[in-house]
Amino acid sequence: MRRFALIAVPYLWLLALFLVPFAIVFKVSLSDTALAIPPYTPTMKDGFGALVSGLDFENFVFLTQDDLYWKAYASSLQIAFFSTIATLLVGYPMAYGMARAPEEWRPTLMMLVILPFWTSFLIRVYAWVGILSTEGFLNQFLLWVGVINEPLTILNTNWAVYIGIVYTYLPFMILPIYAALERLDESLIEAAEDLGCSRFQAFWLVTIPLSRNGIVAGCFLVFIPALGEFVIPSLLGGSGTLMIGKVLFEEFFANRDWPVASAVAVILLLILIIPIILFQRNEQRQQEAEQ
Amino acid sequence: MNRLSPFNVVSLTFGFAFLYLPMLILVIFSFNSSKLVTVWAGFSTRWYGTLFQNEAFLDAAWVTLKVAVMSSTLATVLGTMAAYVLVRGGRFLGRTLFSGMIYAPLVMPEVITGLSLLLLFIGIGMDRGVMTIVLAHTTFSMCYVSVVVSSRLSTFDRSLEEAALDLGASQFDAFRLVTLPIIAPAVISGWLLAFTLSLDDLVIASFATGPSATTLPMKIWSSVRLGVSPEINALSSILIGIVTVGVITASLMSKRHAVRVRREEQAAQRAT
Repeated sequence: MRRFALIAVPYLWLLALFLVPFAIVFKVSLSDTALAIPPYTPTMKDGFGALVSGLDFENFVFLTQDDLYWKAYASSLQIAFFSTIATLLVGYPMAYGMARAPEEWRPTLMMLVILPFWTSFLIRVYAWVGILSTEGFLNQFLLWVGVINEPLTILNTNWAVYIGIVYTYLPFMILPIYAALERLDESLIEAAEDLGCSRFQAFWLVTIPLSRNGIVAGCFLVFIPALGEFVIPSLLGGSGTLMIGKVLFEEFFANRDWPVASAVAVILLLILIIPIILFQRNEQRQQEAEQ
Repeated sequence: MNRLSPFNVVSLTFGFAFLYLPMLILVIFSFNSSKLVTVWAGFSTRWYGTLFQNEAFLDAAWVTLKVAVMSSTLATVLGTMAAYVLVRGGRFLGRTLFSGMIYAPLVMPEVITGLSLLLLFIGIGMDRGVMTIVLAHTTFSMCYVSVVVSSRLSTFDRSLEEAALDLGASQFDAFRLVTLPIIAPAVISGWLLAFTLSLDDLVIASFATGPSATTLPMKIWSSVRLGVSPEINALSSILIGIVTVGVITASLMSKRHAVRVRREEQAAQRAT
C-alpha cells in the first residue's frame, strides 16, 4: 500500500502536468481556427465519436501552404545541427584537457564548468549583446588590434545565434564527455602505443570510440533544446533568423492563433521524438552499465 | 592521466576564457558611470542605486523568490520520491512510461512545455498567477532532481538499509535515518538546482502566468529587448554574485562533509 502511494504520487503528477497537457495540445491543433478561444470544438463532452469525426486538419494544411513554417523548421534543424558540431569541437578538447589534468585540480575545473550552468541563461545570452554589437567589445578589440578596418555586423545575424548556442550549451557538452573520459583506462592507450600506434592514432582508434557514449549524450543535450530555442534567436538573431521556437512564441502571443501554434508544436514534437527516444535509450543503457 | 600537454593547456585556457570573459565584462561594466554601456567613463555604483529604487524590479524579484522557494521544495519531495521509485521500485505497470516522463522534460523545448501547460490551465479554468507558475516549475524541475538523486541512490550500499530493517527499523525509519542522510548531498544539490532553474526560467513562466504575476526574468526580458542598459548590467552582476557565492559555499560544504565521512569511516575501521 505504501509502495503504491510512493509510486502513485510522482506518477500521477507527471501524468496530469506533463502527459495530459500534450494530449490537449494535440487536440487543440486539430480544432477549428475560427474558434480561437476556448472551448474548442469538438470537445470531450460530445462523446468520443463526435470527437474523432469532428477533428479538423486545416491547421496542418495551413502549415504546408505557408512556406514560412517549412523554412523555419529547416533553418532550425540547420542551426541546431551546425551549432551542435561547433559545441562538440569546442567542448571535446576542454573535456579531454580536464580529464588529463592532475587529480587535485579536477573538482575545481569541474566546478568552473558547472558554475555558468547555474548562472542565469538569459543573462549569459544578454552578455553577448554588448560584445557582438557594432560598437561592441569584439569590434573595438578587432579594430584596435588592426585585424579589421571597419566594424563587422555580427549581432542580429545567424552568426550571433551560433555563438550564443555554443556558449550557453557548452557545459551540457563538456560534462558527459568528461564523465566518459575520466573513467577511461589509461593502460588501454599505453597498450595501443606499445603496439605501434602513434599518439594521434591511439586517440582516434581508442579514446574517441571509448568516449562515444559521452559524445552521443552531449550532442543530444545540445541539439534537442537548441532546435526549439527561443531566447537566443530573439535576442541575438535578426529579422532574417527563422527558428521554430521563435515562430511558435510569436504565433501564440502576437497572432493569438492557438490552434496553429499547437499544430506548429505538434510537428516540432514529431521531429524531436526520434532524438528524444534515442537520448533516453542511451541514458538507460549507461545507467544499466553502471549498475 | 596526469599528462597535460601544451595542447591541453591551450584548449583549457581558451575554453575557460570563452566561458568567463562575457560575464566578467558584464560585471565590470555594471560599475561604469556612463550611460553608454560600451564606453568606460569611470567607476560608479549609481546603477545599483537606481536599481534598488525601481519598484517594478523589486516586486518581480519578490514574486520570483516566492515561486522558486515553493516550486523547488515541492520538486525536491516529488523528485526524490520519483528517484526512489526509479532505482528501488522494481517492476510495475507503466515503468517505461514513468521513466520516459522523467527524462523527456529534461530535453523538451521550453516553448512546447509552456504552451501545453497554458492550454491545460485554461482547459481546467484555473486562474493564472503565482500558483500556476509554481505548478509548472515543479513539474520540470522535479525531473532534474530525480536524475541527480537517482545517480546517488544507485551507487550507495543497499546493505546499510537492509541492516537497519533487520535491526527492527520500519521501512520509513530506515529511509529517514539511514538512506536520507546518505543521499542528503544529492537532495540538497537537487533543491539548489531546482531553485536556480526556477529563478532563471523565462519561457515557461511567460506561458504559465497571468497578468497578476511578473517574474524577474520576464521583467529583464522586456527591458533587454530594448537594448543593453546599465541597470540590467547591475542586476545581472548581483545575480551572478549570488550564484557564485552559493555554488562555492555548497561545494565547500559537500567537500567538508566528504572529509568528515571519510574520517568517521577510518575511525570505525580502527575501532574494529
